[in-house]
Parts: sequence; C-alpha cells; structure tokens
Amino acid sequence: MNQYRPPLVLVTHWLTAVAVFALMISGVAILLAHPRLYWGETGTLGTPSLIDLPLPMVLTGQTGWGRSLHFLAAWVIVLSGVSYVAAGVPRRYFRWPDYNGLQRRTYAIVVFFLAPLAVWTGLAMSPAVESVMPSIVTLLGGHQSARTIHFVAASLITLFVAGHIVMIATSGFTARMRGMIVGSLDVARDRPLDSARDRPLDSARDRPLDVARDRPLDSAQGRSAP
Amino acid sequence: MSAITRRRLVRGAATLAGGAVGIGATASLARRLGWLAPDAGEWFGLGEALTYGSHRALMAMHSMAREFSRSDISKVVPVNGPAPETDDYQRLLADDFTPWRLTVNGLVSRPSTFSLADLKRLPSRSQITEQTCEEGWSFIAEWTGVPLALLLDLAGIQPGAKWVVFYPFDQWWDSVDIVEARHPQTLLAYALNQRDLPADHGAPLRVRVPRQLGYKSIKYLSRIEAVASLDHVRNGKGSQSPDEGYSWYAGI
Repeated sequence: MNQYRPPLVLVTHWLTAVAVFALMISGVAILLAHPRLYWGETGTLGTPSLIDLPLPMVLTGQTGWGRSLHFLAAWVIVLSGVSYVAAGVPRRYFRWPDYNGLQRRTYAIVVFFLAPLAVWTGLAMSPAVESVMPSIVTLLGGHQSARTIHFVAASLITLFVAGHIVMIATSGFTARMRGMIVGSLDVARDRPLDSARDRPLDSARDRPLDVARDRPLDSAQGRSAP
Repeated sequence: MSAITRRRLVRGAATLAGGAVGIGATASLARRLGWLAPDAGEWFGLGEALTYGSHRALMAMHSMAREFSRSDISKVVPVNGPAPETDDYQRLLADDFTPWRLTVNGLVSRPSTFSLADLKRLPSRSQITEQTCEEGWSFIAEWTGVPLALLLDLAGIQPGAKWVVFYPFDQWWDSVDIVEARHPQTLLAYALNQRDLPADHGAPLRVRVPRQLGYKSIKYLSRIEAVASLDHVRNGKGSQSPDEGYSWYAGI
C-alpha cells in the first residue's frame, strides 16, 4: 500500500462532498419557490424572465430549511475549500499527476473558476454583503444576473459531480473509494493503468517510495511514515 | 497501512478537545458582544451564528444599501400576502387610520404614542432601494418615512437596549439588533413611490430594513419595543421566523 494522499486532502474532500450534496438538495428547495431566472437588477412575476425552468412553483416553506441548510453547507465548503487551496498551493496538489489533460483542465476549472464563481454570485445575493461591497453585484450586471449566474455555475458543478462519480464507479470503485478514505491505493493490484499518463504517482513524482519495505517515505519530514 | 498510531490518536483527541473549548469560548464571547443570533440554538444554529457573527464582527456597521434613481423604479410592485382581515385592522382601514397610534415602549425614558399625522410631521427620509424576497424575486421602489433611530431617540431609548422588537396587526412579529435599528436606512415607511402606503403593502406604517431580506420589513406596524434581551420576548428567538423555519437574521 502506498500512502499517497495527505490527510488534509481526504478530510476536505469528504467535507466538500457532504456539503455539495447538501447544497444541491437545498438549492433545489430554494429554487422551487421561484423557478424563474432573470437578467439585470430586478425581476418578479409579471416581468419578463430569461429562463422559465420547467419546475413547479412550490411555496410550502421548504425555502426555510433549504436556505438554512444551504448557508450552513456554504460555510463548510468555503472553509474546507480555502483550507484545501491554501495547503495545496505550496504543496503542489494541483498538478493532479495521475489524471490526463482533460481531467486536469476540468478539475482546475471547477476548483479555480466554478467554485469561486458560485461563492461570489452567492455572496452577491446577500443584501448585507452587497451593502459593504456594492461592486460584488454591479460587476455582474445586477442582483438577478448574480442569481442566474449562480444557477448556471451550480448546474455545471452538478454536471462535474455526476461525471466524477461515474468515472469513479467505472475505474475501480473499491480502490478509488479506499484511496479517498484512507488515502492509500494499491496501485499494482487494484488500479488499471488506462493510459500512458495514468501512472502511479509515487513512481514518478514527489514522494520517494521505500520500495524494499513497500511503504512511502514522508518526504516533508524526511522520514519513513509510521 | 500506516494510518493509526497512539501518537496520532492523542493528537487527534487533543485537537478535537481544543476545538470544542475554542467553539465554546467563541460562542460565549460572541454572546457578550451581541454577535450571537437569538436563534443560534436552532437546528441550523451553527450556520446562523457564523453568518450573523461574521457580519457583525467583520463588516462595516454602517455600510449603506445601494440606492437607485427614479428611472430604476420597478413597474411591477409585487404584493406578498394580503392585509390582515381582523376587525381591528379593517376598522382602521375604513377610518383612513385616523384612530391608529404607534406605541413606542420598553427600555425608553418616555414611552410614547404617535399618530400618522405626528409621524408625517417629523423629519423624513426617502430612499430608492431594492427589496429582495427570500424566494428570489426583487423590485426597486421609493420608500418615504421616519428613520427608526430618530423615533427611538425621541422616546429616549436607554443605553441598555440591545434589540428593537416590532409588533404588527397580523400574527407575524420580528426584531432587529440595535446596530440595524440605528442604521440610517432603517425606516418606518408611510409612503411607497410617493403615495400613501397601500393596505397590501403594510398600511399605515411598515418597517424597511434594506440591508436584510424582505421578510424582515414587518408590515402593519402597531408597537415598537426596546429590550435588553430577547430571551423572554415571546418564543425567545427574536422573531416569528424561526418557528416557521426561517432564520432570524435575514442579512444572509
């Protein structure tokens, strides 16, 4: 077994996973109260919409728990995401060495563009935050534009999550799950090498492997992991 | 497998214990500073506490909501919920609110009542702001009224007052902290787009809190009370909202 993911990556991954799931469920609950999207500053029933989503308009109070869950999950994902990026930049997590080019580009777009865009447009819907930084809204073309962009960013992230889960399921589910839960991956036995690029991290990159004893050296501290 | 050793277990337990003590200490400090939302004990209290606490701790207390020009005023002004059908309210409506009085009491040196004419004689403020509903829609309108801070000062609000509670004619009620109550844009509005407030929009007087979502802007106002603590005001959560699943703080 090769220890190849730092505990911080494992913890932030699962916090993010739970938060994303909560954000999707609660996001739909919120959207159902008014499944119409507008462009510009204002918009309401009786004004032209940009997109009329084929969803029922449900006004039974589900936005109450929806919004509370959404904002709690937003705190979790923002704190977790900031920790991941802050820890990852100096440690070069973002080379995603065992992914191919398309995967790497997709991950980079999600982490560095879509997720920050969702947070930005989310904050732009807060009247209190807006009063402190009006440009957070005006740069987007208005309050309703922010809401619409938030919906688009969230939809693209949902698409990414679906693709991510399908790819995990089809490329050695057990090994991949173990890899993200305990951080280790039995490369030789469990993981198919499906491309020239998709090769074990430890053989090529940062972490020297103590081959003789089949365990990794903790390169940061220069000693064998216990 | 390398994962679990005694040292790691001890370190993990120490981190958890330290975290728990830290959260407790932070919550108690936040409560003392008035940064703990009154509904922080609810199901999603952690999120509420983080949002309200961070807004009060980190953001400018007197940041101003955007104001727009007359040409931005929305053509469609949505009505959300009809006027109360109680006899009291219907009688006032029929009498053009002449017998109506606004009571200001609680932690004030001069508990007072004001007629609509009294309020209209006070210095007024007009502001063209956006009102956003938690459902997602929004509109821009011009609101005219008396700044709440002015009325509180007239009644001699005492330094111990930390929250201001709004009681309307309908069953809803709500409160704001003293920061929001003293904010220059927090209005008691009697006019919408330069005309007397229509019944559906909260006649004769409604609150406007433009730095928070629309549901904070209580309609059909009847009484305002300044209090030191919300613990013993009705449900102890500062608002009807938490009982209906909505958060007390609507600044998000």
